[in-house]
Amino acid sequence: MKNRLKVLRAERDWTQADLADALGVSRQTVNAIEKGKFDPSLPLAFKVARLFGLSIEEIFHDIP
Amino acid sequence: MNAKKTTDNCHTLAQTKKNTLRLFFWSVVWALATAGVAFGPKNLWNFNKWLTITAVLIHIGLGLGMIRVFKQFLLGLDELQRKIHLDAMALSLGIGLVFGGSYEMLEDIKLIPFQPEIPHLLTVMYLTYAVGAILGIRKYQ
Repeated sequence: MKNRLKVLRAERDWTQADLADALGVSRQTVNAIEKGKFDPSLPLAFKVARLFGLSIEEIFHDIP
Repeated sequence: MNAKKTTDNCHTLAQTKKNTLRLFFWSVVWALATAGVAFGPKNLWNFNKWLTITAVLIHIGLGLGMIRVFKQFLLGLDELQRKIHLDAMALSLGIGLVFGGSYEMLEDIKLIPFQPEIPHLLTVMYLTYAVGAILGIRKYQ
């Protein structure tokens, strides 16, 4: 699954640590999601969407 | 980023550290209790039945306590960290099952001259868990 997390984070000038703080996860988790190595759970995806004020589909894209 | 969220995450990290230390403490205590059950009857109380039963019950009680603390440790992790540890546990269980089954037969089929011991299996499982956790951490870096 691809996502726009890195771009959205950069637009707000946040570090991975800032985003991890806001989501209540480790920096390693934010890094793994950004690189597409780890797909977040639905509750975490909703948390990300709420934080950026977007829908989940606007952040995460399924790759067929 | 607001200060409250940063404080919350600092609290979470502090809680994870605390849970890790608690788990370490319980693991050491359980290992000491294991040594007590293994060597106590022969070396300390000359196979006194009631002292041995007491030592075994304490050992089981501490083991159950360690399981509870480990569960709290897992619940305190975030979802990626939890996945890494659960994957490592699955690997450890699988290797333990396969290795244990084969290892148990080695003496019966005369491939090794000594009796297979449970501590050998536990050591393999501990090492597999540690290797699995390290590989998982590296995989998601």
